[in-house]
Amino acid sequence: MFDIVAFIPRAVVQGIPLLFGCVGETITEKSGNLNLGTPGIMYVGGICGVIGAFLYEQKAGAHMIGFLAIAIPILCCLIGSLLMGLIYCFLTVTLRANQNVTGLAMTTFGVGIGNFFGGSLIKLSGADVPSIALSKTHAFISATLPFAKKLGWFGKIFLSYGFLAYAAIAMAIIAAIMLKKTRAGLNLRAIGESPATADAAGISVIRYKYIVTCMGAMIAGLGGLYYVMDFASGVWSNDAFGDRGWLAIALVIFTIWRPNIAIFASILFGGLCILHMFIPTGTNLAVKELYKGIPYLVTIIVLIITSLRNKRENQPPGSLGLSYFREDR
Amino acid sequence: MDNKTPVLQLRNITKRFGDITANEKVDLDVYKGEILALLGENGSGKTTLMNMISGIYFPDEGEILVNGRQVAISKPEDAFELGIGMIHQHFKLVDVLTATENIILGLKEKGGLDLKNAAKKIRQICDTYGFEIDPAQKIYNMSVSQKQTVEIVKVLYRNADILILDEPTAVLTPQETEKLFQVLRNMKRDGKSVIIITHKMNEVLEISDRVAILRKGRYICDMETKNANVQELTDAMVGHSVTLNIDRPEPLDPKPRILVEHLTVKSQDGVTKLNDISFEARSGEILGIAGIAGSGQKELLEAIAGLQPAENGHVYFVEDNGEKEDLIGMDPLKIAAKGVSLSFVPEDRLGMGLVGNMDLAENMMLRSFRRGKSVFTDRKYPYDLAEHVVKELDVNTPSIATPVRKLSGGNVQKVLVGREISSAPMVLLTAYAVRGLDINSSYTIYDLINRQKKNGVAVVYVGEDLDVLLELCDRILVLCDGKVSGLVDGKNAVKNEVGLMMTKVGGGAANV
Amino acid sequence: MYNTIKTPLVHITRRKDIVWYRAWLIRILAIVLALILCGIITTFVVHINPIEVYKTMISGNFGTTRKIWFMGQDLATLLIISLALAPAFRMRFWNLGGDGQALMGCFGAAACMILFSGSVPNWLMLIMMFAAALFCGMLWAVIPAFFKAKWNTNETLFTLMMNYLATQIIAFFVVVWENPKGSSKIGIINQRSRIGWLPEIGGNKYILIIIVAIVLAVVMFIYMRYSKHGYEIAVVGESEPTARYVGIKVKKVILRTLLLSGAICGLAGFLMVSSTNHTLTTTLVGGRGFTGVMVAWLAKFNPFFMILTSFLLVFLNRGASEISTMFGFNDSFGAILTGIILFFIIGCEFFLNYEMHFRKRAKKEVE
Repeated sequence: MFDIVAFIPRAVVQGIPLLFGCVGETITEKSGNLNLGTPGIMYVGGICGVIGAFLYEQKAGAHMIGFLAIAIPILCCLIGSLLMGLIYCFLTVTLRANQNVTGLAMTTFGVGIGNFFGGSLIKLSGADVPSIALSKTHAFISATLPFAKKLGWFGKIFLSYGFLAYAAIAMAIIAAIMLKKTRAGLNLRAIGESPATADAAGISVIRYKYIVTCMGAMIAGLGGLYYVMDFASGVWSNDAFGDRGWLAIALVIFTIWRPNIAIFASILFGGLCILHMFIPTGTNLAVKELYKGIPYLVTIIVLIITSLRNKRENQPPGSLGLSYFREDR
Repeated sequence: MDNKTPVLQLRNITKRFGDITANEKVDLDVYKGEILALLGENGSGKTTLMNMISGIYFPDEGEILVNGRQVAISKPEDAFELGIGMIHQHFKLVDVLTATENIILGLKEKGGLDLKNAAKKIRQICDTYGFEIDPAQKIYNMSVSQKQTVEIVKVLYRNADILILDEPTAVLTPQETEKLFQVLRNMKRDGKSVIIITHKMNEVLEISDRVAILRKGRYICDMETKNANVQELTDAMVGHSVTLNIDRPEPLDPKPRILVEHLTVKSQDGVTKLNDISFEARSGEILGIAGIAGSGQKELLEAIAGLQPAENGHVYFVEDNGEKEDLIGMDPLKIAAKGVSLSFVPEDRLGMGLVGNMDLAENMMLRSFRRGKSVFTDRKYPYDLAEHVVKELDVNTPSIATPVRKLSGGNVQKVLVGREISSAPMVLLTAYAVRGLDINSSYTIYDLINRQKKNGVAVVYVGEDLDVLLELCDRILVLCDGKVSGLVDGKNAVKNEVGLMMTKVGGGAANV
Repeated sequence: MYNTIKTPLVHITRRKDIVWYRAWLIRILAIVLALILCGIITTFVVHINPIEVYKTMISGNFGTTRKIWFMGQDLATLLIISLALAPAFRMRFWNLGGDGQALMGCFGAAACMILFSGSVPNWLMLIMMFAAALFCGMLWAVIPAFFKAKWNTNETLFTLMMNYLATQIIAFFVVVWENPKGSSKIGIINQRSRIGWLPEIGGNKYILIIIVAIVLAVVMFIYMRYSKHGYEIAVVGESEPTARYVGIKVKKVILRTLLLSGAICGLAGFLMVSSTNHTLTTTLVGGRGFTGVMVAWLAKFNPFFMILTSFLLVFLNRGASEISTMFGFNDSFGAILTGIILFFIIGCEFFLNYEMHFRKRAKKEVE
């Protein structure tokens, strides 16, 4: 039997990293920056959190303070992703480099950083532990409401997650409101559609692009952090994060640049990613490998369906992928 | 008039783009409550000068004074703060946003985003000056004149006292122009200063109080409009007297060549662009196409050239012996092989027909590269052709190996038209062939077209300037909103009548 | 004070022209700076002096004859895949699916080896493998191309997803063809019979792929520069409306070019399986499709420059991996250095295309 009560929470925790990535990428794209470095940024966000948590656990030993155990990894994660965002902005906004190539280089770099430090952190810090398993930090970050377990299926489906999961959903809602209802959101939409127009209207295009892209990078980075610290129980293993960054970028297209839709879309995709565990295949291991391909196949189908829709409001931001130079005539 | 106060003063303004000097030592004063016409040919540096006042460019030398105070305008915001607003020729509007959103875009008002309140204020401005717009309408659903209105309201919403309009009438019908001028007069009465960039003499005389003239980036002179006359202004603008007459030789033995019957074309999103069009283009004759920008000119030419699928109707190519063949549904390559040649000068010049990053020879190759059975391209023929065109049409280029995007607009157009003519076409379709060219280059192009006409080519000439259409063309087909609004004889046509036809099918009462 | 004038500190304009040697000077300077930074970072990580870092890098690439051949093979594989991607990029088709296309090529070749070994003579086997590899590579490239041509479907993500699909398909067959049972991998195929193994030239299995890469670079150069197809690709890439205007069938060109792309990727896969690796794993291509994007782009799609750029990246990667092995770190160090050098080369383009004018009057005002 298909166990829906077990399935939904697992789909949600799979979907949360995608949601972070998708929201971050959406606001970034709204500013006209197509950041293909998001997969790399999510790696960096994750590993920076790991480094912070690792050093703190080493230092504090048994006397860990809850607040610091949560704040230090998050802060490290944000700083790491911010730096990545700044690299991207400097190259594409200030130096007007090609966004695609910059993004790909960032992904190579970011994944490299993640795997290198993930694999070498113990050696580098000279610590005396066999592997990185930040179970204490995990316990702090993934803490749920104490009464959640008593609420049966309701608690399981809605209340069984760490606070970062709710933060992701909150962030998606805030991003949606920001885009739709605020002056900054209006300015941002204008920049993405036509930076020259926004510039002529007195909006500082470069400043917006920097701020929003860096914010987007930080949000995406949190996705990486959530993955290691909450989903993966504080255990970093190389390449485990995989292609979630790319799926997040694909989700942006799927959700037609609307963070509120992203909440449901990412959970849906999370479900697809774990479907192979819920489809009974018996002892046939090979078929399971094929089922793992389902999310990619669905992404492709989604891309095709999206390209068939032609409504004006559902198109990507007009200047997406193009760098802006005021004096270009 | 003695107590005129200058609100804006330019002193010694110079701006260079690489080797090109766009403005050199320009001095200009603008007074409160006047309409100043800034007159000059295309490329005389009017727009560049105004862009420096509105913060798009920063001058290399010179100073700007607003209300007697020296200022630095390094970004558009600075201009807004000084009460300067510019309405650009290409509208700076975001298509997917509404009028209100566009108008308040970039404002640093206190408080949150309040669209309702903004819409109220917009309606007030509209009532004061006599505009008609719907604040909630999306820009991409608007007509050109509505978009322009949004631009003007946007500037007024920011309490601008100095308004700069860059060729505002280029996209308007005579009737819409009249409406715009009324609004401008209202603003003047309100104490605002208006600078209107134009190269149309009649408009200068009709609307302005004073006229300042630029030539080749330099300030020439200024005069009270009431003391000026056309000849004087033209001389100052062009530098030497020019005959405004364009040659129009009698058509020799015209025969039907292209027969368009009940042609209907829809755009990709299903909007009808051409509605039941029928006409005939004859050999040895120039058929002019008049109409407001976006009335279906582009679609018409593209449909003939096989680049637009037709919903309905026929386009026949008629041989000398009267045999007809339908071009609809035919491959563009086959249509071109029949001798139908299209030279379309789009708004950004390089959008279609030429490849900016390729050199002259490679651009010549666009038409000829398929020749021969070899898998490799023949490089000699296009190179020779490029040399020929450069010599024949006096194209100003450093070398054949220069990418065309580095050439000036006029030279780019010569390259395009030169290539299209080189294939000795039977039918020449040209659109906006003189857009953005100076007078001399324009005449070179008219000459070229007339030569084709004498050779028996059926020329279809889509133009923007009614005066030119009336002087150059043998017959003029007027399009309005995708429909044929009228067909007039070039020699007897009256400008106002054509103008009316452009706005209303049949031209309303004037056609009765 | 309102008489202080705020001139922008830096004023940037688009460069009209740049002489070739200055352009190269800027590029070389960027690479040198990047190498210096890489050296400094390495020094910090492993605590050896910078000179030692570069020495180790060089010895990692050229230390022994074996290493040189390894590097040559690595370089050749990367170059072939980059060459495959170049025409698509010239057309502004962002084919990030080089990995998947090459992997499917490997799959096609390996499948033939496994399924038909013993039933066909070696020469026929090689032909079948070649055909199957090319077919699989082309199939994987033409699917996204079809949707791009037909509905302008986003090819960047499409080709990327095709990579993952390819990986899962290979993973499936790795389980199916597992050998020996329980090892969860396909070992060396036909180790005894050597059926489906390309002959070694002069007793060296790396020479063949290097020769193929060089020949392909020359052919690709001629194809892109002098052929009618190459010209069409350039026109479509520069301006689609213009291409349609002169009667180039854009869809046909997209499909044709991607078929070519896929075929060459398939060829790379064939060579990997048949000539050098003789096995099939999900990581056989090792992200070269991704690196190939950079190689092609940095070289401005010129096949001869691509030899240089691919050498640069291979050199860095192998050098970094030498350092990693020496100090017991993992291989990802190379990716970090690659990233750094890419940032520098990407960034230096700015100085080729734009000029900066610094404020001149500043001094006078102080006086």
